[in-house]
Amino acid sequence: MATLKNSLGLRASLLSLLIFAAILGLWQIATMPTAATGPAVDPEYAKLVGNAAATGTKSSMPTPADIAVTIWGHLTDPFYVRGSNDKGIGIQLAYSLGRVLLGFGLAALVAVPLGFLIGMSPLVYRALDPFIQILKPVSPLAWMPLALYTIKDSAISSIFVIFICSVWPMLINTAFGVASVRKEWLNVARTLEVGPFRTAFKVILPAAAPTIMTGMRISIGIAWLVIVAAEMLVGGTGIGYFVWNEWNNLSIANIVTAILLIGLVGLALDQGLARITKLVTYPE
Amino acid sequence: MDNRPLISVEGLARRFGDSGQPAVFEDIWFGIDKGEFCCLIGHSGCGKTTILNVLAGLDSPSDGAVIVDNREIDGPSLDRAVIFQGHALLPWLSVMGNIAFAVSSRWPTWDRAKVQEHARRFIELVGLKGAENKRPAQLSGGMKQRVGIARALSIQPKMLLMDEPFSALDALTRGMLQDEVLRICADTQQTVFMITHDVDEAILLADKIVLMTNGPGAKIAEIVVNTMPRNERHRNDLHRHPQYYAIRNHLVEFLVNRSRAFDKEIAGVAYDPRRLKLVKPGLSAVNPPAEVVPLRHTH
Repeated sequence: MATLKNSLGLRASLLSLLIFAAILGLWQIATMPTAATGPAVDPEYAKLVGNAAATGTKSSMPTPADIAVTIWGHLTDPFYVRGSNDKGIGIQLAYSLGRVLLGFGLAALVAVPLGFLIGMSPLVYRALDPFIQILKPVSPLAWMPLALYTIKDSAISSIFVIFICSVWPMLINTAFGVASVRKEWLNVARTLEVGPFRTAFKVILPAAAPTIMTGMRISIGIAWLVIVAAEMLVGGTGIGYFVWNEWNNLSIANIVTAILLIGLVGLALDQGLARITKLVTYPE
Repeated sequence: MDNRPLISVEGLARRFGDSGQPAVFEDIWFGIDKGEFCCLIGHSGCGKTTILNVLAGLDSPSDGAVIVDNREIDGPSLDRAVIFQGHALLPWLSVMGNIAFAVSSRWPTWDRAKVQEHARRFIELVGLKGAENKRPAQLSGGMKQRVGIARALSIQPKMLLMDEPFSALDALTRGMLQDEVLRICADTQQTVFMITHDVDEAILLADKIVLMTNGPGAKIAEIVVNTMPRNERHRNDLHRHPQYYAIRNHLVEFLVNRSRAFDKEIAGVAYDPRRLKLVKPGLSAVNPPAEVVPLRHTH
């Protein structure tokens, strides 16, 4: 079995590499400089992107090699600051991560206790259910104007947007996890005359922890999706702003670099929480 | 009201849903003396588990009360430990953790070392030495139930309540655990109330067997005194005891026929649920009867 599993893993890795190579190959072919065939490009566009595209000798779409050079440039100097519009990609990512972690953390502080309350009290559950059902499907960005108007600070507004999008999955999962704690475990606590706080921390919390962590994992995924869009709106700093800025510079290589890094950071966030989820999961 | 037994069940009734619904059981009266092992036998649906839950303080009766030590119970208490049917161990805690949770609930001021030392004593008592750090998922069904028993005993309760504790186990494990419960209860002189639908289990373990009729409107038919002395009850040669078949047949006869038609049986006869008949079928039979009523599954 072990060898079969190993060979499957090995074969999958090989296939992954092959797909990667094929993508790079196609990309290379598609972006190779072509011979000049006259002004095939729209003159408006040519004016916009400059001579390279207008003459048609080189696509403004970078080749894989260009991207590699750009990535290398970013990785060797991720934290430079050359004015407010030119900061290293590491700094931009750190801004975004900071906002996500802050908004997510605040959401956890609100959602977990409130979810506990909802899960323990059918009355509160029923009372809050309409609010949750209506607010949950709202795109978090729809809150942005309201946040900007009331908070009057774009950085805090983006944190608020992260907060509002992280809160729902955690709230719902916590409530569900708490409500579905097995009755017999609660009865054990009752027959041992365990007080409500000790029951909450020693029985309900560990019993619901895997469900709560699943909610957190969903939340951080959504938060990381939303931060890019939010920063495109509010501007200033962050990886979302970086992407938008590079679009204005028409630096596709930088955008592709940002996309890769956003994906990698998202993966790291997800895996980190998956690791914690595994720690609190118990086999029955 | 002076010579009340340790536990006195007085006029218990339980209705579910609207008050118009018939009671699952009503007018239940019986007592359990200190140090006594009392079994309750009856078919599924007659409210056995509800009675146990009322005794545990997890459920409250629609009518009547349970008096323990001359005080009406109004909630769960560390004096009455429950061994649950499905063991109810906390799966995220180790064996030690599960028992230490109970011990530190009983004695909140104890430090960690003292709690663990106390818990370890009871882990050894049920023969689980060496498994302290295992999680419940790593244990067999019998071992899990041993942890449940150790947890209940570790808080040194005044009485043990067991809800069909061995029903989920295979026959071999069940037998071993029955022996162990018998030994532990004799050592600690525990007062025990146990629900079962296994006739042989009741004869092996109980000093007194309370027979419950079918619901709705279930009542206690009579109380069978197990006249076989404790020191003569051994699982392996129980069937050789001269009283065994008489008691067994009496119980099986009740479960198969009388539990259904008990209302007819008491029609026109004096039946006082407060002063139940104490029957001793074991004494009436010096020679075991030739014919044995086959045991059918009662649930």
